[in-house]
Amino acid sequence: MTGDDTKHLSLEDLHVAAGARFGAFAGWSMPLTYPAGVMKEHLHTREHAGLFDISHMKLFEISGPGAAALLDRACPLDAGALDISQSKYTFFLNEAAGIIDDLIVTRLGRERFMVVANAGNAEADEKHLRGLALDFDAKGDFDAKGGFDARVDALDRVFLAIQGPEAWAALSRASIETGSLLFMHGFEPRENWFMSRSGYTGEDGFEIGLPEADARNLVARLLEDDRVLWVGLAARDSLRLEAGLCLHGLDITPEIDPASAGLMWAIPKEVRASGAFIGADALRAILERGPAQKRVGLKPEGRQPVRADAALFDADGNPAGHVTSGGFGPSAAHPVAMGYVQTLLAKPGTKLFADVRGTKIPININPLPFTPHRYRKG
Amino acid sequence: MAKTYFTEDHEWLRVEGGIATVGITDYAQEQLGDLVFVELPELGRKLAKGDTAVVVESVKAASDVYAPVDGEITEANTSLSSDPSLVNSAATGDGWLWKMKLADENQLEGLLDEAAYKAHIG
Repeated sequence: MTGDDTKHLSLEDLHVAAGARFGAFAGWSMPLTYPAGVMKEHLHTREHAGLFDISHMKLFEISGPGAAALLDRACPLDAGALDISQSKYTFFLNEAAGIIDDLIVTRLGRERFMVVANAGNAEADEKHLRGLALDFDAKGDFDAKGGFDARVDALDRVFLAIQGPEAWAALSRASIETGSLLFMHGFEPRENWFMSRSGYTGEDGFEIGLPEADARNLVARLLEDDRVLWVGLAARDSLRLEAGLCLHGLDITPEIDPASAGLMWAIPKEVRASGAFIGADALRAILERGPAQKRVGLKPEGRQPVRADAALFDADGNPAGHVTSGGFGPSAAHPVAMGYVQTLLAKPGTKLFADVRGTKIPININPLPFTPHRYRKG
Repeated sequence: MAKTYFTEDHEWLRVEGGIATVGITDYAQEQLGDLVFVELPELGRKLAKGDTAVVVESVKAASDVYAPVDGEITEANTSLSSDPSLVNSAATGDGWLWKMKLADENQLEGLLDEAAYKAHIG
């Protein structure tokens, strides 16, 4: 099952020792569950603190006089307007405004930014960024060939997430103080460390990129704490789905634009109006005519999960859309899903039907998230 | 006297008086993880060996459970509708899935006994 190309986490031995069950994800062999099981891991994260090894995700540092300009071209972003340590959720768009990847950009310094990108897209993202940074050696900010005077460094880091209401306390016990750090802010607490208050669960939490030796040390200290439990990719998925967060490759893809995905909140108004990002013209055209479909939360009636690719129909049996992510929400205690429906049907409360193995399951448009976000905003 | 058989697809059958009670093994429930839904079969449905009888759904995925032999559904474990986790906590007991009237008891000869199943899962 795991060919030679499968990538392995540098902390794999720790996951094996913890009894993890592994599975393939985006070219990586990843811990899917630990002996506690997906249900307990999920609930533990919402109640205490879950520890996730997310080293399959990639950290890039972008630096140089043209760093902000490069990001403003690659993303619908005003990178220069970010405060030092401020993070922003954004995307790489293609010319058609399709989402190549979603990512978080954090300003580390005047001319330095950290980009955290998805595992499955890391190589394509790096190529994309390096393409824009062409002729790094050339003089000037924006050279004749259209390259930006910026450097793209792919960082070799272990990347951990600790998520849940007790995440800050567990870190504090492990001598990492987080007091002044607010949601969607990040900084470099030590050499070669990057820590942000962010995550993919809807809970308060932190993501920490750090060298392997430091990571082993930190993991050992965190796991001494009863509040902290290893949590695998299966619960990471159910947590993010309840929180209404998109998984690139399913809920957002290069064929989906930010307007259809309901992610326009991530694009500042001025950038929408006058930004020169790749895909700007296409996005403006989509906004002008209105997206034909919209991403929505979907709540199946009953207990049967409705999963990705299930077709949706209106009450008269006409095609209405499709499901992009679906499963069971352990905290919501009912099945949860999201997908795309025709814009006219996207109103919460609209009743549709999902085809599951030939049976039509009633499914209702539901506001997202299914479980309220509990971020530490101030 | 009841006799228990196993399949390579990780099901068990307890046969008594021409009726087989069917479930998945402890090994199988462990592989699947926490179950959240079991799609039970209709009573009276006639199944051929290899037909999908039941779909068990974990948080993450749906998996088919096949009829290990030919027969007709006589009972479904309706307690799983309210508590699918019985399959996790008692796979070979209260977490049984369905009962079926065997069409051909000779098919049982092709199944595994407990020792052979244990060897199969290693």
